[in-house]
Amino acid sequence: MYNKLPIALGTALAVGVAGFAGGAMAKVEGDTITIGSSLSLTGKYSTNGFHTQKGYDFAVKRINDTGGVKVGGKSYKLKVVYYDDESTPSRASQLTERLVKQDGVEFMLGPYSTTMTKAVAPVTEKYKIPMVEAEGASRSLFTQGYKYMFAVLSTSEYYLAPVLDLIAERTKAGYKAPSDLRIGMAFENDGFSLDVRAGVLDVAKKYNMKIVIDDKLPADLSDMSATLTKFKALKPDILLVSGHSKGAATAARQIEEMKIQAPYMAITHCEAAKVHVKFPKSANGLLCPTQWLTNLPNSEPIFGDAQKYDKDFKVAYPEYNTGIPYQTAQASAAVLVFKDAFERANSFDRDKVRDALSATDMNTFYGPVKFSEAGNNIAKPMFYRQIQADGSYKNIVSNGDMTVPRKAAY
Amino acid sequence: MLDNLQLLFVYAPVMNVQMILDGIFIGAVFALAAYGLALVWGVMNVKNLAQGDFVIMGGYLAFTANNLGFHPILALPVIATIMYIYGVVVYKLVIRRVIDNDMFVSLLATFGLSLFMQQVMNLIYGPEVQTVDSHMHIMTMFDDFVTVPMVKIVSLLLAGCFAAAIVIFMTKSRTGQAIRATSQDARAARVLGIDTDKVYMLTFALNSAICGIAGVLVSMIWVLQPFYGIVYSLRTFAIVTAAGLGNLPGVIGMSFVLGWVEQYAGIIAGAEWQVASAVFVLIGVLLWRQIQLRRQRQVVR
Repeated sequence: MYNKLPIALGTALAVGVAGFAGGAMAKVEGDTITIGSSLSLTGKYSTNGFHTQKGYDFAVKRINDTGGVKVGGKSYKLKVVYYDDESTPSRASQLTERLVKQDGVEFMLGPYSTTMTKAVAPVTEKYKIPMVEAEGASRSLFTQGYKYMFAVLSTSEYYLAPVLDLIAERTKAGYKAPSDLRIGMAFENDGFSLDVRAGVLDVAKKYNMKIVIDDKLPADLSDMSATLTKFKALKPDILLVSGHSKGAATAARQIEEMKIQAPYMAITHCEAAKVHVKFPKSANGLLCPTQWLTNLPNSEPIFGDAQKYDKDFKVAYPEYNTGIPYQTAQASAAVLVFKDAFERANSFDRDKVRDALSATDMNTFYGPVKFSEAGNNIAKPMFYRQIQADGSYKNIVSNGDMTVPRKAAY
Repeated sequence: MLDNLQLLFVYAPVMNVQMILDGIFIGAVFALAAYGLALVWGVMNVKNLAQGDFVIMGGYLAFTANNLGFHPILALPVIATIMYIYGVVVYKLVIRRVIDNDMFVSLLATFGLSLFMQQVMNLIYGPEVQTVDSHMHIMTMFDDFVTVPMVKIVSLLLAGCFAAAIVIFMTKSRTGQAIRATSQDARAARVLGIDTDKVYMLTFALNSAICGIAGVLVSMIWVLQPFYGIVYSLRTFAIVTAAGLGNLPGVIGMSFVLGWVEQYAGIIAGAEWQVASAVFVLIGVLLWRQIQLRRQRQVVR
């Protein structure tokens, strides 16, 4: 389907030719700035790989159409070179090496997922290549002391922790103590979800909430009925689950099957797993974290505000008419951040661009972007939506917007 | 752990009902896939590492049938037939060529087959998790505490019927007898006029059809993903190794034991031990066997 053969051959050749052909294609040629990216276009991450690619492409086209990137009084066009990493980390780092050493790329856009970003970052770091990534959320990416990697998205420990703040505020508003709340939670045993769990533990401790179930789900577990049976016996007030799309699908299916009731339920990736379509009964009242909302007020000259981005993107890609995943929006935001950094650096010198990136303080349709010392975006919060009885998602801005207690009619 | 035990046996003993029932339902689905594996392993001495992928493939066929507007259970005979034909094709293309080679060739070949099937399913259906809704009633007992979905009961009955049908087929029909004869001594069977090549093909295709049936049940009870086959491969291997080849009651019993052990391990030790517990059971059984056999072992120096 996607021509893998040329890539495979190319990579094989690259190993042999790299020594001779270094810098065959420079990063800035004529009026074109070439940015490299290794994306998962086949394999298990391919759906989100494509969402990411469309986000990059859409932003590149828009920037080129609206005057390009202005450096030193001259206008440059952006161009992205993609390679397919086949959802395999070792392939991703190989291809990054190829982009840098053979194709002479000096700037990178990130791959999809924490796993792939972990494979790519050591390579870009080694060659001092500035990389703006939009899809690797794990906290562990930002504890390695990487100097050339910047991420526009909120990190994983903020996926479910703020929902406890909302719940605590709501409980206080009802003149009850948050410390009476009991939590039952299950997290997949992988880097991302364990980061989500770490964030939850901190907030639960802050409010003195009691954690009565704390299960870790194996990566290939398609059955969490044991955890839910325990949940039924202990009747906690809050159910938290994180395990990517498969965790969300498994949880929604078994919550419905076992008729689980709890005043608050929050699950990550519920939109990606389409629980509102597949399991409308259990989806009713679920709280879902998201990186981006289409009614954010922030606005900038390229895309306008979130609503306008949403509208324009659907015109360009009608297949997204039912909704744009946040993965796409944050990919576009990453390209905006690069443009802004090039213009402020007023140079294509890698270190100057890196310094400009690190000083980024801007507003985008995706939310504010400002990087910490470690490279993660500290200006943008995580947002929540609650699934309604009709399957629509309602934006939760303050605790009063939540419909509680969740009452599902099974 | 102690509070979990307390919960289980002191505060909410009703939980046990749910877990025992769940264990039986899980076991029934495993038993089907495991019996298919035992058949292929016992008759042909091929350890089919793609067993789980056959199950997932059956699940995706059910998913397709559902999308076309047919209830998966009604589509079951069609799916079983498609899987049977697929089994014949795979046998002719791959298995026949490795059957007389040593164990590692068949392991490698079926492992390759497993990767191939995963990637093809990924290309066709995409990597997202898919589910099939059975639209069946969910029964409740003990004031909503214990829930029993009808689809699981139907699965149990179907699994029981198919197991019975296979037993009758293997003992009464001439083909079944030929399969058993080949399994006991392929050379002698050939001498007596049994076309062992055909028997092997039938066995492999039968296994494929059984996996397809298990897959249909899986699609309605759990979730489908192109890379989930390994879960079923691992469990069926554990079941067959522990039960022994050609031991149908053993395979069925072991499947239920595994279903229960997984449920109880999930509650008592936490969900992270659920799948691991299957492997612990296997180790336990192998150790026990070793000790038993040692008593009977005679010294050969």
